[in-house]
Amino acid sequence: MSPHTSPIVDTQNDLELTERILAPDGTRVPNPQLDRWIADIDFQTMRELHRDMVVLRRIDSEGVALQRQGQLGLWAPCNGQEAAQIGTGRALAPRDFVFPSYRETGVMYTRGAEPGDYVRMWRGEDGAAYDPSRLNIAPLQIIIGAQTLHAVGYGMGILHDGADEVAVTYFGDGATSQGDVNEAMIFASSYRAPVVFVCQNNHWAISEPVGLQSQYPLAGRAPGFGIPSLRVDGNDVLACMAAMRWALDHTRSGKGPAYLEAVTYRMGPHTTADDPKRYRDDAELAQWRERDPITRLEAYLRAAGELTDEHLVSVQKAADDVAREMRAACIGMQTRPALAVFDRVYAEPHSGLQRQRDDYAAYLASFEEA
Amino acid sequence: MTTMTMGKALNAGLRQAMLDDEKVVLMGEDIGTLGGVFRITDGLKDEFGAKRVIDTPLAESGIVGTAVGLAFRGYRPVVEIQFDGFIYPAFDQIVSQVAKLHYRTQGRVKMPITIRVPWAGGIGAAEHHSESPEAYFVHTAGLRVIAVSDPQDAYRCLRQAIASDDPVLFFEPKRLYHHKGEVDLEAPLADAPPMGLARVVRQGADATIITYGAMVSTALDAAAAAEDEGVSLEVIDLRSISPVDYETVSASVRRTGRVVVAHEASREAGVAAEVIASITEYCFEYLEAAPVRVTGHDIPYPPAKLEKFHLPDLDRILDAVDRVLDRPHSLSGADAKGDQR
Repeated sequence: MSPHTSPIVDTQNDLELTERILAPDGTRVPNPQLDRWIADIDFQTMRELHRDMVVLRRIDSEGVALQRQGQLGLWAPCNGQEAAQIGTGRALAPRDFVFPSYRETGVMYTRGAEPGDYVRMWRGEDGAAYDPSRLNIAPLQIIIGAQTLHAVGYGMGILHDGADEVAVTYFGDGATSQGDVNEAMIFASSYRAPVVFVCQNNHWAISEPVGLQSQYPLAGRAPGFGIPSLRVDGNDVLACMAAMRWALDHTRSGKGPAYLEAVTYRMGPHTTADDPKRYRDDAELAQWRERDPITRLEAYLRAAGELTDEHLVSVQKAADDVAREMRAACIGMQTRPALAVFDRVYAEPHSGLQRQRDDYAAYLASFEEA
Repeated sequence: MTTMTMGKALNAGLRQAMLDDEKVVLMGEDIGTLGGVFRITDGLKDEFGAKRVIDTPLAESGIVGTAVGLAFRGYRPVVEIQFDGFIYPAFDQIVSQVAKLHYRTQGRVKMPITIRVPWAGGIGAAEHHSESPEAYFVHTAGLRVIAVSDPQDAYRCLRQAIASDDPVLFFEPKRLYHHKGEVDLEAPLADAPPMGLARVVRQGADATIITYGAMVSTALDAAAAAEDEGVSLEVIDLRSISPVDYETVSASVRRTGRVVVAHEASREAGVAAEVIASITEYCFEYLEAAPVRVTGHDIPYPPAKLEKFHLPDLDRILDAVDRVLDRPHSLSGADAKGDQR
């Protein structure tokens, strides 16, 4: 028996059932459920969200270019997922703590990442790209779904401390098949931990369509764990922000975890090592280009007379500046000396590792004596 | 000094650690109201409350994974894995997350998590309830691995493990939970030998038996029996199997020149293999005979009625002692057989 792979959650009809504020053509759609959560968002803020998404797309394309030029070992593009990441990320308070997967470049951006932070891990200079306490974001997680449990444990700590904070975890549609994600929802629900689960359903787990992970909308699972959920148009930055504000408010007010499924699309490969032409057809990609999150917001702002060419030029310059800084930071990185491979494996002295370090130091020194 | 069982000593160690540091929280299946299936956490929920003695859902990866999140927030979780054979569902969280986060973040994130494991055989338990998985964790950089062998050590090492900023796999021999011994509950922790140090539990001159956990008492029995035959055996309790205290081990081997390493876990790529390889590197010129391993067999852990054929016993240790002393033993004349392998 072979698995049934028709992605029933990916039908046109099903997509129309997601919560949205902006239609794919940029038309404003009334949404009684979400509208009140963005009532304060004016055109200036929307222009900032637009700028964020443009800059993020530029960071992403620079990451791909740096990998193609041999400066990075790998890059995981987020092209197409700008609204899901910027919309939810901009809804967070600085004190909230994020447990991301490896694709959350946009969430890093909203947390104030520095140019080198985006590439340090992918370049192979460091296991984690930044100081977690500086960005209030845990190191990028590559083991699928493992970080969701960390968020729940952190949330249990928030409860224990009586703090007004929320733990947030990001993961993809593929991760929802993992035991850890399901265990995380059980623990979060049982302890009413202040955790927001953000599933970016980008439709593909490397070559596996979301229909192989689920025959039912992913947001529909959460209520089975006792966790309320929303399924939003992940290419609508306003809907993503509104939904995240709802989820954060629910969680911050002591009602326990909340769950979002942002229905979006990974326009590029899974990583730069992947070739999506082998498993998905161009027509699908073309269809999703019609739902591009950036052009959608541009269309809305332009129709409202709130988007000028000068603004677009300044946004593009800001994006180019960030990309240039990122490239300079990447190429300028200094690899640590050889003995640094032994540093901080343990917090306290470890005699076995010290012996190996001494041996290796002596070996390296033998070249100098020769 | 107070006489108590190892189980009570562990309970006292947990209690003292919780009194010493309010960031210490306990997590595990059935550890609260029930006090754990072995009652090691008995009474602690009543004393410290459900926020610090946390009964968890039945999900081992969930228990360790949430402990990681608590550690991110500055807590020092002490996790109980109900039985050794149940640790495998948590394996990824232990080896990919707990072990690596300090290194990945260049020390910015600490994982002071203690993972308590009721461990190994000798109680005639059901399938998956008696296993010796320690080698998996010894093989993983970033973890410390401790195995205790008496109530005093259990009390002290558990407190040291919890106080350590490194993650510790803490193996508690199930069959010793009810064994009694003297425990000094008052001695300051700072005065105790570090948990990484091995200890010579019996001095001897003719050969060294290196072991840990419940096998320490078997080795002592073997040493007592050997003495009747005029053979003087030194017994070393490694106590820490990552790192191994090779200063203590080497000092002994250099005096006796003959080594037997004994453990319950199966043989291939096990702790004995590692210890003997290191001894061979460090003390080869002092060795009078090839070191010998006495271990569990390379088989799935057998059913309870066959367990005694798997676990090294006094006679198998003495047979190995005869080999390293070049006395008649079970493999005498085996050279011819060896040629046919």
